[in-house]
Amino acid sequence: MEHSSRLSRWFDRRGWSDIIIGAPYVWLVVLFLLPFLIVVAISVATKTATAPPFSFGGEHPLVNLQGYQRLLHDTLYLRAFLTSLTNAGIAMVLCLLLGYPMALALTRVSRSWRNILLMLVILPFWTSFLLRVYAWMGLMGKNSWFNALLTDAWNWVVPVDWAVKSIPMMHTNFAVVLVMVYTYLPFMILPLYASLERLDPTLDEAALDLGSRPSRVFLDVTLPQSVPGIIAGGLLVFIPAAGELVIPSLVGNAASPMIGRVISDEFSSARDWPMASSVAVALLLLMVVPMMLYSHYQAKAEGEAGK
Amino acid sequence: MSAPDEPFLRIEGVSKSFGTFQAVRDVSLTVAKGEIFSLLGGSGCGKTTLLRMLAGFEEPTSGRIFLDGRDMAGVPPWSRPVHMMFQSYALFPHMSVEKNIAYGLKHEAMTKAQRDDRVREMLDLVQLSQFAARKPHQISGGQRQRVALARALARQPKLLLLDEPLAALDKKLREHTQFELMSIQARTGVTFIVVTHDQEEAMTLSDRIAVMDRGRVMQVGSATEIYEFPNSRFVAGFIGSITSFEARVTGREGGQVVLEVPALGGRVLARDVPGVVEGQAVTLALRPEKLRISKDRPETGNAVEGMVKDLAYFGKDSLYRIVLPSGALVSAHAVNARRGDEATRVADWDDRVWLSFDPAAAIVLTE
Repeated sequence: MEHSSRLSRWFDRRGWSDIIIGAPYVWLVVLFLLPFLIVVAISVATKTATAPPFSFGGEHPLVNLQGYQRLLHDTLYLRAFLTSLTNAGIAMVLCLLLGYPMALALTRVSRSWRNILLMLVILPFWTSFLLRVYAWMGLMGKNSWFNALLTDAWNWVVPVDWAVKSIPMMHTNFAVVLVMVYTYLPFMILPLYASLERLDPTLDEAALDLGSRPSRVFLDVTLPQSVPGIIAGGLLVFIPAAGELVIPSLVGNAASPMIGRVISDEFSSARDWPMASSVAVALLLLMVVPMMLYSHYQAKAEGEAGK
Repeated sequence: MSAPDEPFLRIEGVSKSFGTFQAVRDVSLTVAKGEIFSLLGGSGCGKTTLLRMLAGFEEPTSGRIFLDGRDMAGVPPWSRPVHMMFQSYALFPHMSVEKNIAYGLKHEAMTKAQRDDRVREMLDLVQLSQFAARKPHQISGGQRQRVALARALARQPKLLLLDEPLAALDKKLREHTQFELMSIQARTGVTFIVVTHDQEEAMTLSDRIAVMDRGRVMQVGSATEIYEFPNSRFVAGFIGSITSFEARVTGREGGQVVLEVPALGGRVLARDVPGVVEGQAVTLALRPEKLRISKDRPETGNAVEGMVKDLAYFGKDSLYRIVLPSGALVSAHAVNARRGDEATRVADWDDRVWLSFDPAAAIVLTE
């Protein structure tokens, strides 16, 4: 106690505490807020043939909202947003349905098993992400054993009229969702595990003791207490999935692009930086709303727990 | 349903092993309806495992449990008319006090009005009506304990299991709560089984106590029986304090047994114990408050001279530690019944005193 207070006084005297507290803010301002403001500025600039390909003022209006106008009127962008949100939403729900039982199982096994299984959850990160997407491309391709297996299963189940030679998986939203679920599943499992692991097992026993069957105990005791974990995992999957570029580019349907692809195309092929920036700002705003709802919920929950 | 002579709760030769560890060994007990029965013992003595078997969280490895004439084997916890008050209280943190108490009631065939009535009745019983809407973290430890009790009693169980009910409370609150528990038990008539490591708690709370050690029940009886007539060195040492000596039976004399106790310098008369034979090695145990300290040799009873080595003044009484010529150290309590300063007390440091005790006070233990 004495030691720590002396340490903190030393920090105060040197102004160290200001630096330590300030460092993350400096980081956020320099590397997040400033670049974002630049993007906002470019989004209201006018596209030119110069380098860089935009300009403010001059013969153009100082604030040009053309990008945002196109965003609202050109259905390409609206459809891209819709595709992104739908794919990300489906991926998030599937991750939750797959990840919840896995996270729950992690809390119920012995310590040594738990460490092994947690390791297995994280293990895919040790292989290059691109390599793993390419592996999926191989699996989903028309001539793969995996596709053949699924095709056989399909043909066995459905009437003869519906039989197919192979299942067209590549370049569909199905493929995008499948690979996103595979990629983002650990981001769902880990926060869920963290929140489930904290729960007191005697609460389950208390509910059993008071007459509830195990399924009822799950609904009454476990599930409501794991809501913060569900929200955290959901956001960790949904936000990157909605802005995902690589997966839809490699396995997705080029005819219905996701928003990440649209931003990338506007920046590089179309060289329309103001348009790309407008889309990026819109995407960010779309993501910030659920984020703010989440932090509001968190603050409320913490306020309750703190009292 | 139960036969006339069938006890309310019958535990019959119950054992429980976890792997190679035997937590409970061949325990047989009966508990009457409306009784407060305590399982008393140190940590790892098997008392909690026994309680968990009553609740249905563990199944006995062998043996049977009958509650109100019904064999409880294979009955899951949610179907048992047995509720438990957990040591940590295990209140649902996301539910209000009211919802916690109502939780078990949703499995009862009741209308909403009946349910609300029962919850109100329970809140009244534990005097928490004004806290009904609070969450568990918004009330004090003592209040949480009462919510746990109300929740466990709401469904009117046949048997209420209390796991260290007072352990999490501070000393002052504990005393108050103890009497409250007893009064609630008397009002509801529910049979209580209390697990505790605190002998004082067990003695004041319970009608009967089972003292447990290493998975076995060592003795069952009322607080008085267990304190005054312990059946083994373990029970005598676990409940209250004793000074014990090696002794040998040398004969019988006028309904009393004669012991040769080297540490006390010779012959001691003690209340006869059936079954002991001449020449048998036994243990003589003496409770500090059963010993008298005097300046002069008393005319009756067993007496031995010693010297005051240590004395501790507690106000209402004092503890003397007296060293005997044999080198043995004996503890004796003296009640400070007369008011006075240091000069008026029975004996002081290094005084020579006589220690004496009635034959009836001498506890002879064969185990």
